[in-house]
Amino acid sequence: MARRSAPEVNAGSMADIAFLLLIFFLVTTKISTDSGINSKLPQWQPEDVPPPKIKQKNIFTVIIDNNGQLLVEDELMELENLRESAIAFLDNGAEGCDYCQGTGDPNSSDNPEKAIISLQNDRKTSYGDYIAVMNELVGAYNTLRNREAERMYGQSFVEMEKNFYDGTYPGNKAKLEERIEIIRNMYPQKLSEAEPKE
Amino acid sequence: MSKFKKKKNDEMPAISTASLPDIVFMLLFFFMVATEMRDSTLLIQNELPYADQVEKLEKKDLVMYIYAGQPSERYRSTAGSAARIQLNDKFADVEDIQKFIYSERESKREELVDKLITALKVDKETNMGLVSDIKQELRKAEALKINYTTRTGDASKNQ
Repeated sequence: MARRSAPEVNAGSMADIAFLLLIFFLVTTKISTDSGINSKLPQWQPEDVPPPKIKQKNIFTVIIDNNGQLLVEDELMELENLRESAIAFLDNGAEGCDYCQGTGDPNSSDNPEKAIISLQNDRKTSYGDYIAVMNELVGAYNTLRNREAERMYGQSFVEMEKNFYDGTYPGNKAKLEERIEIIRNMYPQKLSEAEPKE
Repeated sequence: MSKFKKKKNDEMPAISTASLPDIVFMLLFFFMVATEMRDSTLLIQNELPYADQVEKLEKKDLVMYIYAGQPSERYRSTAGSAARIQLNDKFADVEDIQKFIYSERESKREELVDKLITALKVDKETNMGLVSDIKQELRKAEALKINYTTRTGDASKNQ
């Protein structure tokens, strides 16, 4: 019996099928942008509870008006100078802070533990301006944390956090978490986002 | 003389398209790996602001999304041009946020509830008044962990 060779399958329409699938995936999916600035809101408090007393010198007030202008500690300031002055305030270390490298000005914050940055805005402030300011303030905390992490563990804080969330990190995660916690407590992020003024 | 006669067949040979499927499949696999399914259709403009001090959101299934911004062009006739909140696939009011948070919590396993993060995807032109209202509602619902979702870039581009 004569052996018949199998007929060749025509693959000409393969491209069409693949294009169809490709277009389906292009339409139904998105490239995700899931990164951003983390923040923690304060607990909801009934309105008749008086706010805790805080010394004025431990508060760093940043006000953004509806044009995106900054008023920092009652003085006009440009956005690019904000990070620097926030660092100076947090790192002042007038008392009870042996790792601070600031000037120790008695009229600025006592220590990072007590220092609070209060960010106030107008109802008409645009969200973009607000995020730009928020970014600088978080940047100030990160700069200080990086410096201390670099000094104590020879690794920047941002890198430590990245490793901690990285599933393939080969090192000791429990130890890393402990270290992150220590650095966080050295410069706790006390960023108060007040309700806007009318 | 006929030695120098031109070749009769001066047509170009057809380009082989045999490798076309391979190329398209390559593109297809790239998109399958690099993207994820759209979970809701955006009814609003959503141009996120830039920031560079960002942290990545890890567990995607533990994120609740709240969108806000001006309604897109095609919904303006019905929804108006003032900034609105979008929850899931619908426009919502500030009062609906608490209900939304509770129903999201309901749908998650109990031990994961306190790990939920709310991601605020807000258009950069939105007024902070609306964002503050959202934050007040989140405080009332005790969803205190939030993330201002941004694009990664220089924050000075926001102006």
